[in-house]
Amino acid sequence: MSTDLPAGSPPVRVAFYNDPKIRAVVYQVALVAIVAFLVYAAASNAIANLQRAKIASGFGFWFNTAGFDISQTLISYSAQASTYGRAFWVGLLNTLLVAGFGVVLATILGFVIGIARLSTNWLVAKTATGYVETIRNIPLLLQLLFWYNAVLKTLPEMRDSIKIPGGIVLNNRGLFLPDPITGPGFHWVLFAFAAGILGSIVFYVWARKRQEQTGQQAPVFLTSLGLIVGLPLVVFALLGFPLTFGFPQAGRFNISGGMEILPEFAALLFGLSIYTAAFIAEVVRAGIRAVSRGQTEAAYSLGFRPQPTLRLIVVPQAMRVIIPPLTSQYLNLTKNSSLAVAIGYPDLVQVFTGTVLNQTGQAVEVVAITMAVYLTISLVTSLLMNIYNSRIALVER
Amino acid sequence: MKKLFKLIAPVAVLAVAFAAQSASAQTLKTVKDRGMLNCGSNGTLAGFGLPDAQGQWTGLDVDFCKAIAAAVLGDAKKVKFVPLSAKDRFTALQSGEVDILARNTTWTSSRDTSLGLNFVGVNYYDGQGFIVRKTLKVNSALELAGASVCVQQGTTTELNLSDYFRANNMQVKTVTFATANEAVKAYDAGRCDAYTTDASGLYAERLKLANSADHIVLPEIISKEPLGPAVRHGDDQWFDVAKWVLYAMINAEELNITQKNVDEMVKSTNPDVKRFVGTEGNYGEQLGLPKDWAVQIIKAVGNYGEVFDRNVGANSPLKIERGLNKLWNKGGIQYAPPVR
Repeated sequence: MSTDLPAGSPPVRVAFYNDPKIRAVVYQVALVAIVAFLVYAAASNAIANLQRAKIASGFGFWFNTAGFDISQTLISYSAQASTYGRAFWVGLLNTLLVAGFGVVLATILGFVIGIARLSTNWLVAKTATGYVETIRNIPLLLQLLFWYNAVLKTLPEMRDSIKIPGGIVLNNRGLFLPDPITGPGFHWVLFAFAAGILGSIVFYVWARKRQEQTGQQAPVFLTSLGLIVGLPLVVFALLGFPLTFGFPQAGRFNISGGMEILPEFAALLFGLSIYTAAFIAEVVRAGIRAVSRGQTEAAYSLGFRPQPTLRLIVVPQAMRVIIPPLTSQYLNLTKNSSLAVAIGYPDLVQVFTGTVLNQTGQAVEVVAITMAVYLTISLVTSLLMNIYNSRIALVER
Repeated sequence: MKKLFKLIAPVAVLAVAFAAQSASAQTLKTVKDRGMLNCGSNGTLAGFGLPDAQGQWTGLDVDFCKAIAAAVLGDAKKVKFVPLSAKDRFTALQSGEVDILARNTTWTSSRDTSLGLNFVGVNYYDGQGFIVRKTLKVNSALELAGASVCVQQGTTTELNLSDYFRANNMQVKTVTFATANEAVKAYDAGRCDAYTTDASGLYAERLKLANSADHIVLPEIISKEPLGPAVRHGDDQWFDVAKWVLYAMINAEELNITQKNVDEMVKSTNPDVKRFVGTEGNYGEQLGLPKDWAVQIIKAVGNYGEVFDRNVGANSPLKIERGLNKLWNKGGIQYAPPVR
């Protein structure tokens, strides 16, 4: 409106209730007040009703003995000695385990399929297209049930276990791997491993500096490989191989000893990874397509070979497009892991909002805690991905 | 702000669910006004609660709900059955989604108190058992050390299982599933050596297995599982109605009043029978029900013995012995206070 006034005229004073700045503040304060009141009303109403119905409330149950068993525990847990709080941590770790492995697997598979879809090879491209279109159009729950039944039905019973050389046993109770038992002095191997990683970083920084100054390239990959893998192996050999394995033994009903990978875990991991990979493939394809063909042509005309062109020109630009939707896919995978409940994998939802909620009857507390946990996991994932995104974002000068 | 909303909204929904419940503390009036009883039932357990191919619900617990509908509304068909899983059942009752929970639920002290429920009585005395494959050549639950056991989540079974093997210094691998169907399917697929639930449930689930003759129920009963219907805490009138519907069914068996002879019994001169059928006294009115409430129950579903035989006993595919569920004067422990 001020543009309508002749230049040089004094600013028009408006009444404070017409001032857009003050109005905006008032509206926001009013909205916050309404929300706060709704929360207060809902909470006090719930508390009053719980008391009237004589339903226990509060978080005291956290320290009560759980009394139920869990099939997969990453931390020590026993039905008689552990509390509901401990059961919560067991469930949370199981969720993080499957989500962590799922994210890694889905990313690898998704990138491979996304790039395959862009392949000039007709068969490879069409196979990848078929994969994406089939997998992402079937509900995840059905896929999980399919994988679980596929795992259970195709694997043999305990008695007819498949024995893989190296002491590995596979049957419909799970995959049993030799359990590494470290001997004396093994920590030196770990030290060597850490030193190898540190050395590689130092070498990388040095090599980069030298390249910037002199243009000479150093074999970073081979040197790092030697430091990270070779060095610990040498130390390991010098110490006289201080590592033994606990091999799985067949008992009357089950395999005991060794590391156990449950069929429920395998089915959930396959299902989640394969499903999410289909979406990641599309994200990757979109990201690569988003980089204009001119960039590649420009690189070629500057004398870049195809490999460095992809690595130094195309991929860094594609990542800017890929990262934000990739973050959503990671969040989806983590949240979808709660479908574990359908196939008996003891994740947070199965253990905590399943058994614990049922034994204590405290739905409000248990559901609130679980929601807070998923919210935290998702926000932390978002935060990390946003930090990464801002690092690779286009820096405009 | 948006994030805050995301967090608040589900909590608010829960709270509203609880608010709805307190508004219906007068369950009897609510049911009469609605003209329909909402009954939380099993939905997958033959003999206790299962809809058939035509969508008609049958079972011991189902008949209890039909009996309440007959007593309160005069029509056993006015029941809406809500199938509930073990882990959802208490929330459904607490939140007022159902008026009564008749879903083979074990009566325990913590459920009676901290869950805000009242157990009406025991309509089936049960105990927990195990089913295994015959090929395992196991004759006792005490031989199951090291075995994998499939179990349904959110049940007393889950807790008893861990207690029992701990007491006997044995280790088993528990695999927990959200529903009985999933647990049984996993057992059938060979994921577990044994499946455990209430003994009555074992006989019912065995019918679902691919080759039911290849499985045996082990002799051990490792727990007391008094199964009974439950109502919300804090509504004494509705609690009384539910209790006396159960007692009426047991009393009818004791008085030899059956679905067939109930019309003749109305003309009886026996004072016990007269009080029961409502030709003497105003016992129905005291409960807030019509005079002939008990007659309606028996006409609709029959007495306790008839209900038992039809659903789980001799006249059913399950063929479970009456055992503890015989009347007190016939060697069992089913006993009801008198109507007077």
